[in-house]
Amino acid sequence: MTNVSKFGPTVGKIALLLLLCATTVAGFLWLPAAKGFPQPEMARIVVFHVPCAIVADLAAAVAAWYAIVYLRCRRFTDDVKSSVSFGLALLFSLLTTVTGAIFAKSQWGGYWNWDPKQTAILMLLLIYVAYFALRAAIDDPRKRASLSAAYALFAVVAVPFLTYILPNSTEQTLHPKNVINTRDGLDASYKIVLWAGVFGLSLFYVWAFRVQVALGTLELRLNERFRAASQNKGVRPVIVEERK
Amino acid sequence: MGVDRWITCAWAVFRKDLQVELRTRYALGAVLLFAVTTLVAVSAALSAATVKSEVKAALLWIILLFAALSGLARVFVREEEAGTAPLLRLSAPATAVYAGKLLFNIALVFAVESVSVPLFLVVLPPATVNCGLLFGVLILGGVGLAGSSTFVAALIAQASSGRSALFFIVAFPILLPLVLIAVQATVGAFDSIPTHNVQAQSALGLLALYSLVMTTVSFLLFEYIWHD
Repeated sequence: MTNVSKFGPTVGKIALLLLLCATTVAGFLWLPAAKGFPQPEMARIVVFHVPCAIVADLAAAVAAWYAIVYLRCRRFTDDVKSSVSFGLALLFSLLTTVTGAIFAKSQWGGYWNWDPKQTAILMLLLIYVAYFALRAAIDDPRKRASLSAAYALFAVVAVPFLTYILPNSTEQTLHPKNVINTRDGLDASYKIVLWAGVFGLSLFYVWAFRVQVALGTLELRLNERFRAASQNKGVRPVIVEERK
Repeated sequence: MGVDRWITCAWAVFRKDLQVELRTRYALGAVLLFAVTTLVAVSAALSAATVKSEVKAALLWIILLFAALSGLARVFVREEEAGTAPLLRLSAPATAVYAGKLLFNIALVFAVESVSVPLFLVVLPPATVNCGLLFGVLILGGVGLAGSSTFVAALIAQASSGRSALFFIVAFPILLPLVLIAVQATVGAFDSIPTHNVQAQSALGLLALYSLVMTTVSFLLFEYIWHD
């Protein structure tokens, strides 16, 4: 590693930090109040809420993609990528739910209203938690990888059914429509901050994804060596013998 | 491999499971008793209250869901516990095994429905009962319930501990849309409000779609997890 390639990522991280700070400051200070909402001042949270939701979906899509790749090619690195991305999807979904609940309290009067989108994200959170519960319960790494990939894909297929259910869910949603298209009485400047937020959080996602995948791959190699050593030299692993 | 052999294998797996089940009646007993005890608890608690048809539909499906979850994992867990799964892997194609197990679970759900639903209609009688609609909901909902649970059962049977708790956690989010749709359809079967009836019709179609899609996907994915 040369100094230049070490220097590059540091600059990138600082730039990312500044970008995320800038969207936060812009959300509070630069943007005008959203006139189309019952509580215009409190509606500023959409510039955090919507990017989180978009990045959560992105992370889930990446995770599902790597689940398919794992089932096709059976490489453990794909399993690591899939589970890491599901973890980040869980994180961003939680952030979406919390910011959405704050928004709902100020605009609609209650933290939880069983709005169709709230129902859908609750189901997604349950799926992510169930995914990690399933992973934790299986010891054999091969089985863990293939079973969790299969479960992820099975669950992905069940999700769209929620968008059709419950009284007129497609028309009577409390959610403002077209926030991103800025038709609901939102100033055009919201669009800029929203997409800047999406861009910044996506970069954050990519960074977190790469760090965690690198860590997971290292763990994988360590485990492989450990297993190979214990196979070559009897039941005891190498480390124990060195200490003697 | 011909279709004949596939059907023979699937039927053999189904008959084997049925025979083993009738020997001990473990799953049937668990599921039936669960349904009946919850029903007794619900009707005793609501004996003095007037209950709307929406609530009755929701109660019916909560009872059916939890009863099904208490017994549907047995088909695959039993094979792992007895150590007979490897033999099954060798002697029949994967999809045939899955078809046999699915058939058994569908039979189990229908058995539970045929006991608990009439009982439910007796202790918590709704205003009117649209028999055709209710019948359709129970059949399509039962197939969907069995379909999704069978696949999850195949997954959690491989887990090393805490299978029953895990089965519930893992199956619940996948069954949630099914139960919500089924409740909507059942509301239409329990009263004669026109809008409810129209909603029930479309919910019925959605139920059929859910069962079809989830069953197809589970057949596709089962091959990847069975030989591992």
